[in-house]
Amino acid sequence: MSQEGALAASGIGHGFAGARVLDDIEFRVPKGEVLAILGPSGTGKTTLLQILGGLLVPDAGRVERPFERSAFVFQDPLLLPWRTARGNVAFGLAGTRLGRADRLARARSMLVKVGLGHSEAGLYPHQLSGGMKKRVALARALAVEPDLLLLDEAFSALDVGLSREMQQLVRLDAQERGVTVVLVTHDLSEAVRLADHAVVLSGRPGGIVARLAIERPARLRDDAFVEAEIRRIAGLEAIRDAFRPTLSI
Amino acid sequence: MANVSWRRLVGGGERRWAALGLAVVVALWEVGHRVYGDFVLPSPLSTLAALGRIAASGDLWPAVVTTARDALSGFLAATLVGTLLGGIAGRSMPVRAMLQPIATMLIGVPAIAWVVLSLLWFGGSGLAATFSVAVAAGPVVFAAATQGTRTVDGGLRTMARAFRVPLGAMIADVYLPHVLSYLLPALGTALAMSWKVAVMAELLSGAGGIGDGLAAARAEVDTAKTMAWVIVVVALLLVVDRLVIEPVRRHFETWRRGLPGEAA
Repeated sequence: MSQEGALAASGIGHGFAGARVLDDIEFRVPKGEVLAILGPSGTGKTTLLQILGGLLVPDAGRVERPFERSAFVFQDPLLLPWRTARGNVAFGLAGTRLGRADRLARARSMLVKVGLGHSEAGLYPHQLSGGMKKRVALARALAVEPDLLLLDEAFSALDVGLSREMQQLVRLDAQERGVTVVLVTHDLSEAVRLADHAVVLSGRPGGIVARLAIERPARLRDDAFVEAEIRRIAGLEAIRDAFRPTLSI
Repeated sequence: MANVSWRRLVGGGERRWAALGLAVVVALWEVGHRVYGDFVLPSPLSTLAALGRIAASGDLWPAVVTTARDALSGFLAATLVGTLLGGIAGRSMPVRAMLQPIATMLIGVPAIAWVVLSLLWFGGSGLAATFSVAVAAGPVVFAAATQGTRTVDGGLRTMARAFRVPLGAMIADVYLPHVLSYLLPALGTALAMSWKVAVMAELLSGAGGIGDGLAAARAEVDTAKTMAWVIVVVALLLVVDRLVIEPVRRHFETWRRGLPGEAA
């Protein structure tokens, strides 16, 4: 298609056990840009993300995914219960050519970046808090140095300060290495802070009801801008309609 | 003071309680001996003396070696084949549907029937005992491996797929630790079963081993000697369980420490 290296979805449709979940989804994310998928729950956001990541084959349509390494942060942390935090991050690197010692070293330094020190690195998942587990999952994804990063509510279990910090970390990492990012969220402020573009899914089956662009470069978005932008977007009629059904039912 | 010492007694180590349980059994044994007499139930002491006589005659060690060979070779075959087939059956519906009824059927065949059949097939060679043990213990291992492989967390599998983890790491890090929590208890059961079936096969085949010793003791109507051989089998089972199964369990289950519902 037109641009080189873009993530492109065309005519995506999918269903589970006869119930259609997604209908005719169409968009493209240029290389190095961040797309947010917004929408009320039950509109197929997670399914769409799994299709984009190649974990699900859609019933209809196709995905162009010209990337070498994709990495996921799932809605649940999905850590191996029998591996320490460090072991879990290193597990994400099992498919790379790195040796065991290098994998563990990279895991350790990535854990430090998400704010988990030496003592936490040796703990098992059941000894970690929910927010810590989420950060281990984020470290596991960033450690593989992906060129496509897929985030499913990656910051939702974190408190406000921590979630801002982690968003910052993802944004800097993505900018530095030109990572293409798709993030699923129900949190408008997360989308406004990180994304260049957003699509809003709504209805059953879920379809795109609105497309948004957030023009100002992500590093220049201060709190005032984010607040104003949220107010502007929340005021759009298409957005209000999209979220209304879940409120009235 | 009295309170404190009582607490110390109750809170004493696991070993102390195990020793107490053993002491109760020996005491009851002695009581039974006094009530029923030497022929029905020889005293613990005369059983020990019989054990000493067996050891002195030089029969003990070869019998132990033969029985251990029979039981452990069968156990090993059961573990390898049962785990492999169970692992495949857990992941593949057709294989599972095909093998599960066979396993159920095999479990239903009495162990003694396997002994008789394998004596007919293999004659008096040691292979008869090995085969009986393997075919009796194998289905138990198979069932556990199937159930373990089936119940591996789908989310973890998806995660491993998303990170394009190679098959070797997938088996070692996603499947094995979960399957072991099903497999290890089954292996304990299968090992205990292995000794029993091995002794049974030896008793009928007369090809040496503890079962052969038991047959001789029966022919001599020597109850003390019979009890002495029983003690040897039980001791063997306990020693191997402690030396093989227990360390494996401890190695693979360190991560469980501190989980809700797990003792520290």
